[in-house]
Amino acid sequence: MNKPLRRIAIFCGLLVLALLVRVNWLQYVRADELNGNEHNRRVQIERYAHERGNIIVDGKPVTGSVETTGSDFKYKRVWKNGPMWAPVTGYSSQAFDASQLESLEDGILTGNSDQLFFDRTLSLFTGEKKTGGNIVTTLNGAAQKAAFKGLGNKKGAVAAIDPQTGAILALVSTPSYDPSAFAGNSLKDAEARQQLLKDKDKPMLNRALRETYPPGSTFKVVTAAAALENGLYKGIDDKTDSPLPWRLPLTTGNLENEGNIPCENASLREALRWSCNTVFGKISDDLGNQKMIDEANKFGFNEEIFTPVRADASIYPKDNRPQNAMAGIGQASNRATPLQMAMVAAAVANDGKLMQPYMVAQRQAPNLDVIYTHEKEQFSQPLSGENAQKLQQMMETVVKNGTGTNALIDGVTVGGKTGTAQHGLNNSENPYAWFISYAKTDSGSPVAVAVVVEDSQANRDDISGGGLAAPIARDVMKAVIDSKK
Amino acid sequence: MSVVTNTTTIGAIDAPSRRNTELMLMVFAVAISVFAYANVGLALNGELPSGMLGYGLGLALLGGIGHLAVRRFAPYADPLLLPLATLLNGLGLAIIWRLDQSERFQALTTFAPAASKQLMFSAVGVGLLVVVLVALKDHRILQRYTYISMLVALFLLILPMFFPAVNGAKIWIKIPGVGTIQPGEFAKIIIAVFFAGYLMVKRDALALASRRFMGLYLPRGRDLGPILMVWAFSILILVFETDLGSSLLFFGMFVVMLYVATERTSWIVFGLLMSAAGAVGVAAFEPHVQQRVTAWLDPFAGWGKEDASEQMAKSLMAFGSGGTLGTGLGQGNSDLIGFAANSDFILATVGEELGLAGMMAILLVYGLIVERGVRTALAARDPFGKLLAIGLSGSFAIQVFVVAGGVMGLIPLTGMTMPFLAAGGSSVIANWALIGILLRISDTARRPAPAPAPSPDAEMTQVVRP
Repeated sequence: MNKPLRRIAIFCGLLVLALLVRVNWLQYVRADELNGNEHNRRVQIERYAHERGNIIVDGKPVTGSVETTGSDFKYKRVWKNGPMWAPVTGYSSQAFDASQLESLEDGILTGNSDQLFFDRTLSLFTGEKKTGGNIVTTLNGAAQKAAFKGLGNKKGAVAAIDPQTGAILALVSTPSYDPSAFAGNSLKDAEARQQLLKDKDKPMLNRALRETYPPGSTFKVVTAAAALENGLYKGIDDKTDSPLPWRLPLTTGNLENEGNIPCENASLREALRWSCNTVFGKISDDLGNQKMIDEANKFGFNEEIFTPVRADASIYPKDNRPQNAMAGIGQASNRATPLQMAMVAAAVANDGKLMQPYMVAQRQAPNLDVIYTHEKEQFSQPLSGENAQKLQQMMETVVKNGTGTNALIDGVTVGGKTGTAQHGLNNSENPYAWFISYAKTDSGSPVAVAVVVEDSQANRDDISGGGLAAPIARDVMKAVIDSKK
Repeated sequence: MSVVTNTTTIGAIDAPSRRNTELMLMVFAVAISVFAYANVGLALNGELPSGMLGYGLGLALLGGIGHLAVRRFAPYADPLLLPLATLLNGLGLAIIWRLDQSERFQALTTFAPAASKQLMFSAVGVGLLVVVLVALKDHRILQRYTYISMLVALFLLILPMFFPAVNGAKIWIKIPGVGTIQPGEFAKIIIAVFFAGYLMVKRDALALASRRFMGLYLPRGRDLGPILMVWAFSILILVFETDLGSSLLFFGMFVVMLYVATERTSWIVFGLLMSAAGAVGVAAFEPHVQQRVTAWLDPFAGWGKEDASEQMAKSLMAFGSGGTLGTGLGQGNSDLIGFAANSDFILATVGEELGLAGMMAILLVYGLIVERGVRTALAARDPFGKLLAIGLSGSFAIQVFVVAGGVMGLIPLTGMTMPFLAAGGSSVIANWALIGILLRISDTARRPAPAPAPSPDAEMTQVVRP
C-alpha cells in the first residue's frame, strides 16, 4: 500500500503548496489593491488614527484635533471659528470625506504624503508618535475677520489678494457653516449635514470661489483696460466718441444710464467715475467680441483657477453684437467669481502684472521642517505698466469723488469701482452690489479686494455697490494695512 | 553456541525514541505562544497582560502532561506531532484572547470572551489524548469496532438535525448545562475508524473482483454497497444540515482511503466524477451554496447586499492589509470581519497581524503535521494502521485546505474551523484525540520489534558437516 501512500503524500504537499502560492498572491501581489479598496474601512481608521496636522493662519492654527470615543476613529477634526474659516479650510469629516484644503492637502495633513517619506522613516526609528504636517496659509486673520464681520448676516462673499504676490488674504462666504458640526460620524453629525444641505441659502457653497455673478459695472475696469490696450482711446481725459442716447447695435432700443449723468462724449475717467453704461457699452461694441474676450482672458476669465482650491471659471461669452455690448458693462451672460474680480483689481494695482493667486504659503513636516514654499509666479500681463497707471488714476477718481467714496481710507490711496448687477428675468430680482478696489502705499499695493453682496432683504433702491459693498472693502483693506504696520 | 542470531527482517536495532527532541521542541512551542501572548498585551494595553503567568503555566502544563504521557505510554511515537499541535493551540489561544480584547466585539450584545473557555477545552483535549494513549494500548483494538463505529458515526451525524440551526448550519447540538457540541468533528475520527476497518477486510475484493468497464474497474455491488451507502447517507445528512465543509471532508477522506486500500487509480477518477456530480447537484438546489459560490467568484460584487459576500471581501482585505510582515499582533483590524473572526476566519487575523511570513509559517506547521501523519501511515506495518493513519491525516489535510482556501478565496467558503487554531471546543478536543491516535499508531510503527525469544530449538539444531 506504500505506493499510493506516497502519492497521497505528494497530493497533500500540493494542497499546502497551493495555499502557500495563494497566500503569496493575496498578501504580496494583491496587497496594494486590497488596501486601496473603497470598502476597506482600514483606510478611514488609519486616516483618523493620528492627530491631523493643522491649517495655520498668521502663525496660529485655525484647526485642531480632539480625541473621540465610541467609534474606531480616534481623532476628530475641530475648527476655531469654523464658519469664518470654512471657505478657506473646507471640511474634513469622519463620515463625509473632506473638501477644499482639507482634501487637497490631505497627504500632508495626515502625514501620509510621499513628501514626508524621510520624516516618516526617521520616526520609525525614533518611535515618535505619528502626526500630520501643517499647511501654512497666506491668509490674513484681521482681513478675514473684517470681511466676515462686514458681511454679517447678509448673503455674499469677499476675496482679497496681495497684488504683488498673488497671496490670498481673505476668502469669506456668507451665510457659512461650521465644519465642526459634522466632523464626526454619529447620527447627530449626519443630521447636521443634512440640515446644511437642505438649507435654501446654501451655506456650504463657497461663494468666493464657486459662485459666478454678473459682475455689473465693476467689469467696466476690464473694458477700460481693453480700450487702452487696443489703443481705442489714448488719454484718459480725452473726449470719447459717445453719443447720448446710444442705440444698442442691431436693436431698436437705447442703452440707458442709471440716472441723469454726464455721459455724452465723456472722457474715460469721467465715464468710470459716473459709471456710464453708454460709453463702455460702445467701447465693447467698437472693439468687438474677440478683442473683449482676449482682454478678459488675460485677466483670467474663461478658465478655472487653482489656488490650489479650484475656483469656477468666470465667463466672458462669445456672443453677438448687442449681447457683447451688454457684456462689456458686466451684464448679459458675463459672469465672474469674486476671486476673479479681485484679480482684476490686483492686476491694475500691480502695474498690469497679474500674479497667480495662491493660499498655501508653506507645507511643513510634522517636525515643522518646511518642505515646500510657494514661489510667486506671474499669471499674465493684462495691460502695460503705463496703461495700468492710467487705469489706477481713473479708479482713484472713482473713490475720491465718484461712486466709491465709501471706500476712502485716511492717508491711503484707494482705487475702486462700484457695481450694481441686475439679475433675474427682466431684472426682477434684487441686484447684486459689487465693489472692487485696491489700496496703495509707498511700497506698492498691499491689497486688492472684491466684495459682492446679494441681499434680497434690502430695499431695492438702497442697493448699490458704493453703499453696501464699499464699506466692507474699506474695512478689509484697512485691516491689511494696519496689520502691516 | 549461545549466540542469539537475528532472524527477523525488522531489526532489533535500538531506534532512538526522540523523546528529548520532543521535549525541546515543546519548550520552544510554549515559549513562542507565551511571547505571542505578551505581544498582544503590550500592543493593546502597553503592559504585560496580567493573565500571562497563568496562561503560560497552563499551556506549559498541558504540553508537559502530553509529553509525559507520551514518554510513559508511547515512547517511540513521532516526536513532531505533539509540539506542532501545542504550538498551534498556543498561538490560537493568544489570537483568540487578542480578539476578545476587540472593542468592536465588546460592543456587540452577543459577545462572550472565548479565550478562557478555549484553554479549558484544550485541557479537556489533552486529557482525551492522555486517555487515548493510556486506554488504547494498540490501535488494532479499534478494528473490532468497525460496525459499531459506523452506527455511532451515523448517530452523531443525524443528531444535530433535531436541534435548531446556528448561523444557517445545523451542525450543533445543545446540551443544557454543558453547552453546544459539534458532533461532526468527532464523527470525522469515528468514520475513519469504520472506513479503515471495512476497507482492510474488503480491499482485495474491491481491488480484484471487479468488471472492466470502459477502461475502469467497477467493483461488485455487494463489496461496494455498504460503504457507498454509508457515504451517501452521511453526505445527504450533511447537505440537509447545510454543512458543506464536512461533506467535502468526508468525501475526500473516503476517496483517499479507498485509493490507498485498493491501489487503483480508477477510484480517483470515480471519486472526482462523483464529487463533480454531487457538487453540481447540491449547487443547483441549495441557495446557501449558490450564495457561497457567487461570493467566491467576485467577493466585492455583493458588498452591502449579501452578508456572505461582504464577509469574504472583508477577509480578503484583512489578508491584504497584513502585507509581508503584518501589522503585529493586536494592531490590525481583522475584527471588522465580524462574528466568525475567531472561528472560521481566524486565519484572517493571522494574515493581517502576522503577515505573509506568519501565514507561511502556520501553513507549513499544518503541512508538517500532515506529512508526519502520512509518514506514520508509511511506517505502520499493519494495513488497518496504515489506512487509519492516512484517513486521519488526509482528512486533516483536506480540512486545512478547505478552511484556509476558503478564507483566502481560493475555493468557495464552506465553513469549518481551522484545527487547533480556531475557537471551538468540539474541534480542539476532537483534534487532540486525532493526534492521540496518530501518536499511538506511530508508536507501534516505530517501536523496535521485540528481540525474538531465544529459540529452545536453536541449540539443539546441529549443523551437519560433511
